[in-house]
Order: sequence, then C-alpha cells, then structure tokens
Amino acid sequence: MAVQNTILADANLSTKAVPQRVLVWEAFKRHKLAMISAVVFFIMMVACFAAPLIAPYEFDAINLGAIRQPPSMENLMGTDDLGRDLFTRILYGGRISILIGIFSALVGTGVGALVGSVAGFYGGKLDNYLMRFTDMAYSIPTLPLLIVLSSFTKAAVPMMVAIIGFLSWMPTARVVRGSVLSIKEKEFVEAARMIGAPDHTIIGRHILPNAIGPIIVGVTLGVGNAIIVESSLSFLGLGVQPPTPTWGNMLMDSQSTMATKPWLTIFPGMAILLIVLSVNFLGDGLQDALDPTLRKR
Amino acid sequence: MGQYIRRRLLQMIPLMIGISLIIFMIIQAAPGGPEGMLLETGRFIDPQVIENYRHRLGVDQPVYVQYYKWITAALTGDFGISFQTTRPVMDMIIERLPATLELMAVSFMFAALIALPLGIYSALHQYSALDFLGTAISFLGIAMPVFWFGLILQLVFSVRLGWLPVAGTSTVGDTSFLDHIQHLILPSIVLSLHYIAGWSRYMRSSLLAVIHSDYIRTARAKGLKEHLVTIRHALKNAMIPVVSIMALNLASLFSGAVITETIFAWPGIGRLFIQSMYARDYPMLMGILMMGSFMVVFFNLLADLVYGWLDPRISYN
Repeated sequence: MAVQNTILADANLSTKAVPQRVLVWEAFKRHKLAMISAVVFFIMMVACFAAPLIAPYEFDAINLGAIRQPPSMENLMGTDDLGRDLFTRILYGGRISILIGIFSALVGTGVGALVGSVAGFYGGKLDNYLMRFTDMAYSIPTLPLLIVLSSFTKAAVPMMVAIIGFLSWMPTARVVRGSVLSIKEKEFVEAARMIGAPDHTIIGRHILPNAIGPIIVGVTLGVGNAIIVESSLSFLGLGVQPPTPTWGNMLMDSQSTMATKPWLTIFPGMAILLIVLSVNFLGDGLQDALDPTLRKR
Repeated sequence: MGQYIRRRLLQMIPLMIGISLIIFMIIQAAPGGPEGMLLETGRFIDPQVIENYRHRLGVDQPVYVQYYKWITAALTGDFGISFQTTRPVMDMIIERLPATLELMAVSFMFAALIALPLGIYSALHQYSALDFLGTAISFLGIAMPVFWFGLILQLVFSVRLGWLPVAGTSTVGDTSFLDHIQHLILPSIVLSLHYIAGWSRYMRSSLLAVIHSDYIRTARAKGLKEHLVTIRHALKNAMIPVVSIMALNLASLFSGAVITETIFAWPGIGRLFIQSMYARDYPMLMGILMMGSFMVVFFNLLADLVYGWLDPRISYN
C-alpha cells in the first residue's frame, strides 16, 4: 500500500473523482468555434435585453427630419420610413425574437422529453400509442400547420411560444425515448427498483439525468429553429404584430421598399442569421462534448 | 418484401385517419368560422343571412356529422367547395399542383447535383480549402432564414444586377422555354439551399465513416485501385443513408415551397395555401393539409422501402 501511494504521489496523479460536468466543460472548451459562438450568442442576448441602456434612441422615436437614411454616423444601421433608428429597433426586436426562441425551445423540448421518457419507461401499449401519436403529429407539414394556427389567434408572445413549442416536441420525444430505452436496462435502475423507489423517482433522479445530453442539444438547436420559425411567421404577417418590433416583422415592412432601402432588409436578416448560426455551432459543440462516443481523441 | 409493403400500406390508413382528425379539429377551432369573412366587413348583416350562409355550407350541423361527410367525400377525392371561388377544391389544387411539383423537382435535382459531389469531395479531401468552404456553406444554409435569402437574391440579382426576373413563372407575352427557365432559377436556388446544406454534411459524414471502416481497408490491402475502391465499395455503401434522408426530405420540400412561392409569386400550392389562409377558405386549407400529410406519409414509406432495398443487410420477412 505504501509503495502504491508513493508511486501515485510521485506521478502527481490526482485520485479525486472528476464530476461529469467538468469533463463536459473540458471537452467543450476544446471546440474553439463553439466557445466563440457561445460568446457571440451571449453578447447578442445581453445587448438585446439591455436595449434600454445601450440603444442610442427610443425604439419608437419618430424623427421625420431623418427618414429613409442609409447607415451613417448618427444612425449606425440607417432609419426607416418614420425616421426610427434601425439599430435600436434591431436591439428591441431581438428581445422578442430571442425570448420566443428560448421559451419555445424549452416548451417543445420539455414536452418532448416528457413524452419520450414516459413512452420509453413504461413501454408496451402506452409506448405504442404515444409513438403512433408522435408519428401522426410528425406527418403533418409543420409550417402550413403553424401558419394556420397563428392565423387563428391574436399573436401575442405567450401564444407564439405555445404554438411553436407545440409543434417542435416530436424529434426530442423520439430521441429521448431511445435514450430511456437503453438506460432502463442498466444496473443502477434495477437497483433503484429493488429498493422500492417509485417510478417518478426513478425517472426523475436516475434516468433523466443520464439522458440529459440529447435534451440539452435539443433545446439549443431548438432555439435556432424557433427563431427562424418565428421570423418566418412574422414575415407573413402572422406573428407578433407591429409596432412591437421583431426581426421578422421588420423584414415584412421592408419588403416593399427593398430596392431603395436595402439596409432595412439586410440588417434584420443578418441579425437572425448571426444568432441562429452561433446557436447552431453552440449546439454542435455541446453535442460533441456531451456524447463521449463522438469525442475526438 | 411484398408482405411488408402490404402491411405498411395498411398501417397508412389509420395514420391518415388520425391525421385527418387532427386537421379537422384544428380547423374547427378557428374563431369566427366561415362566416368570419362576412362579419369582418363591419357592415350590419342580417342574422338570417348568416344562418342561411352557414346552412348552405353545412357548418350548422353537429361536428361529427361534418367530419363524417368530409372524410367520406375526401376518400373519393372530393374535398368540398372552396369558399373563395366556389369551385371544387380538388380542381383548384390540381390546377396549381404542376407548378409546385416543377419547383420541387428542379430544386431537388439541383440540391442533389450540388450537395452530393460537395459532400464526397469534402470527405475525400478532409480539411482542404474546399472542405472548409463546404462546411461553411452547410452551416450558413441551415442557419439562414429562407425568406431572407430569397429577398437578398431578389435584391442582388433582379433589382441591382437585372440578370434574372424578380417573380412569376414567365414574362408576359413571352412563352419561350428559356424565359421560363430564367424564372425558375432563383426560386429553385432558394428552396434548395437548406437541403444542399443538410445533404452535403450528411454525405460527408457518411462517406467518412465508411472510408475508415475495415472492409475498405481490406479492399485497399488487396491492391485495388484507389478510385475503384472509392466508387465501387465505399460510395455505394455510403449512399444508402443519404438516399433515405433525401427521400424523407422530399416531403418537406412542400413546406419550404410555401414561403418560396410567396416571395417569388410562384403560382403553386404553397401560394394557394397562403391565399386561402387570408381568405379563411377552410375546405381548401383542409384539402391542402391533407394532401401535404399524405405526401409526407407516402414519402416516408418510400424512403423506408428504398433504404431496405439498397441496404443488403436488411431483409423483410
């Protein structure tokens, strides 16, 4: 025993157990692109939510003396038909777009994880029915259905979150179900059952934490998807209505005057592109970091 | 194999019935109903007129009766009468279908022609300049909002450069094929971008996985020429999952066409859907949704069958 201790001490090896999140963080840090994207996303989020503090103008400040101006020193991204500063509107619009994106992803992935884990855990007929229902929901073309649903309601933010989330749970459900099916067979689940742990404890404390990888990735990629969907719906006039700015309805307004005022089209679109791109890189990095089988040696 | 096909086709029936129920219930939840259009004008309308209108459309009957009538008619291809034009829904759909199918087919082929070679090259020459370019395009293509990409292309190529027409299927008075092709270019590029991004990435990772596998190493060890190894062995096997993804995505081209057709004023089903939505034309909406769902289900089945046929490891018995 003494010899072993000396060897270990000499080799400067640590014998402490390393928690999994540290391992994941280390693997994530190796993905430079994902780290940069995380920073970019964080900066954009902070910028948009701190809009009242950093925006040079009010978002509805009409300045009729400076309408339809291209980008300049006074207005970083130019002005629109009413002289409103575009940069300010993009910051404020980002709040709604990002908010809807994050919460839709959470709702969608949450519902999906619930359905998937219940189906995977209980198996049998419940699993059969749930998966059949998932297949049905999956088979209806998503965008047309979303269009129909948002045309029914006065599109306020909570409603948009519900609608978009309502139609994005399916992929997560399938993936989580697969995870649960394989985790279910592991010994520690059997042990938990033997000591009499109730089902919801087993799911909550044993199975879900091990299936958390695909869930986290699902949320991250879902944010990007939700932002694109929200902007598409707003572009069609169905999402959040003006004067509340979102990047999508700014693009709707700018479409008719695209030829003479291209900056009104370019900047909101680039904002969407940038944030979805960074969220996608982030999700990719997370996926690699969380799944040990995919990690580069 | 025939058994399997028969079983899957039978399974389609309850699936489609379930889908029709979901679609029907969602449309039923629409506020205002078909008379919403009349009421929105703001003018006073005699309640009796509204009653007659509802009765004529058959919406004053109980829900299950409406559903039963709709579904039995739908099975014979009769999706009712459009509220907008009082013409049969099926006629209007069939009128617009060729335009959408044309756009979908051209986009599909264009995407395949670009994505597959790109993915193959990327896999064979990993970390080369073109590989990074391809990866960058993939990420951009997935993150780009489709409608914005369409607007930017319109701005650059139609408005600023004047190379290509802005919208429509053909210039007024010009029935030449070349003119039609010119109108087809921009919408196809826009619609196919998303799929170029996805498929090239998938092709790349699939081929990479195959290239590093044991049987390829064996083929090389046997002294087989490199390009023979690549084409005959690696590529054929790497194509299998990619082909099934392509077949699956074929159905979602329909969803993507909705926005593309709106931007480019393409007279297809997608645009018809948007117009019907604004007009609260519920029979039309239900008809298009059913058709879209049927396409999705059908192409899913096709993808499974193609995958099973191509992959020699899978047998259906």
